[in-house]
Amino acid sequence: MREKILAVIEKNSRIDIRDLAILLGENEVAVANEIAEMEKEHIICGYHTLINWENTSEEKVVALIEVRVTPQRGMGFDKLAERIYQYSEVNAVYLMSGAYDFTVILEGKTMRQVAQFVSDKLAPLDSVLSTATHFVLKKYKDHGTILCDEFQDERMLITP
Amino acid sequence: MRDPLSKTIVTIPPSGIRKFFDIVSEMKDAISLGVGEPDFDTPWHIREEGIYSLERGRTFYTANAGLRDLRVEIHNYLERRCGLSYDPDKEVLVTVGGSEAIDLAMRAMLDPGDEVLVPQPSFVSYVPCTVLAGGVAVPIPLEEKDEFRLTAKKLREKITPKSKILVLPFPGNPTGAVMRKEHLEEIAKVVEEHDLFVLSDEIYGELTYGEEHVSIASLPGMKERTVLINGFSKAFAMTGWRLGYACAPQVILKQMLKIHQFAIMCAPTTSQYAAIDAMKNSDEDVKHMRESYDQRRRYLLHAFEEMGLECFEPQGAFYAFPSIKRFGMSSDEFANRLLQEEKVAVVPGTAFGDSGEGYLRISYAYSLKSLKEALGRLGRFVERLDGKNNGGQ
Repeated sequence: MREKILAVIEKNSRIDIRDLAILLGENEVAVANEIAEMEKEHIICGYHTLINWENTSEEKVVALIEVRVTPQRGMGFDKLAERIYQYSEVNAVYLMSGAYDFTVILEGKTMRQVAQFVSDKLAPLDSVLSTATHFVLKKYKDHGTILCDEFQDERMLITP
Repeated sequence: MRDPLSKTIVTIPPSGIRKFFDIVSEMKDAISLGVGEPDFDTPWHIREEGIYSLERGRTFYTANAGLRDLRVEIHNYLERRCGLSYDPDKEVLVTVGGSEAIDLAMRAMLDPGDEVLVPQPSFVSYVPCTVLAGGVAVPIPLEEKDEFRLTAKKLREKITPKSKILVLPFPGNPTGAVMRKEHLEEIAKVVEEHDLFVLSDEIYGELTYGEEHVSIASLPGMKERTVLINGFSKAFAMTGWRLGYACAPQVILKQMLKIHQFAIMCAPTTSQYAAIDAMKNSDEDVKHMRESYDQRRRYLLHAFEEMGLECFEPQGAFYAFPSIKRFGMSSDEFANRLLQEEKVAVVPGTAFGDSGEGYLRISYAYSLKSLKEALGRLGRFVERLDGKNNGGQ
């Protein structure tokens, strides 16, 4: 049942528990319990809203930063990551395979703010060898949802 | 001036769906539960193959029977999904939708006066195609008490010495009925006894819930008596590509190919290239879509139960076929009033044969949000009717 619940709420976290139970052909209480269980086990870590900020008057700058580091004795990648992800302006931190070590996704109000974070906070960290900052120009698709397109049902109303 | 028309064609009434479509299209803000096609777009990798074929200039006719690569993939697919083996060179024909295949089969197999047994309510094309091929359509009215399955008893009642073809449209449009293996075995026995042929329209085969679909052609002795019709429209969400196929013993398929050759030449080339990818790489997409329909099927049935609309449990396709008999109205009247009063379009059961009287076809190939809105309105309508009924007692 867990996989089925997750498959639905991954795309629609606001669905009524009652509707969800009907869709899955499961008992409502059982579904609610399962969700509570998964929250406790940190399988479900949050319920966020996918916002297309471009359609608001709010100015936002998103940057993707490649970070190369040398992990130091007694301080593996995890410790280093923690020193980065604790900053509230950091949206995501991933450990990567390949040419660099961390991807850091950062959200700021202006480019200057992002630049300042990189030069004042990220780059000076002891283990950081180099950073490369890429600014996001436009989001087409995020979390599996196409942002730039409005869905329209173009089917005829009645067909055989 | 002489009458320009054939006497046969003027006797055929226009599709009952057409009639209702005209009424619905006048109403601008109507919402619909009336479509007979998936709400998914064709999976992108399939569309991409179509685009790629155009980029490479593959814009010529193909072989009459269809691209050999596609026929091979159809062979592989049927082997994988149904345990059937058709020779790609002699027993597979790619057509313009399943509909063309129905027409071809009738024309290749019927002589004037031959009877075609058509279980109803069912898809709108079987009877007209029979008549146009000179045959006589003999409807077999199916009943809700049998979950709209064809039973051996019902079949036997309609068989005459002139009976030649049995149409087997399962999973069924508009009922959502399915025939499981044990039901098909019972029919196969009668088919052999009376030396009939089967036109098995399995276009909704992939959309079977619970157990997997079984083709009657996979039963012992049935392959040589069966024209298997399938296509890409429903399972792969490819209605607009107009692509289907027929598989049959060479002796039948050869003649179907002849008609196809003269009337159509070949199915659209772009669609055929896209379809190769559909056959090869879409098992996961199909599974995902099936699961999604199944969820909405449960949602719809639950909503019917809550509003007190009787409905047997459909186990295939994406339709439910609730009964409206208790309201003392005809299907036409119910559908019309629902459209006028709540602006929801559904298809009256009678569009699929007289035995559809007292039922509606409701499609659940819609987003949950659209379903909710439309079912809310339907519920309100039913409640109003019930209120009036009680008031009158």
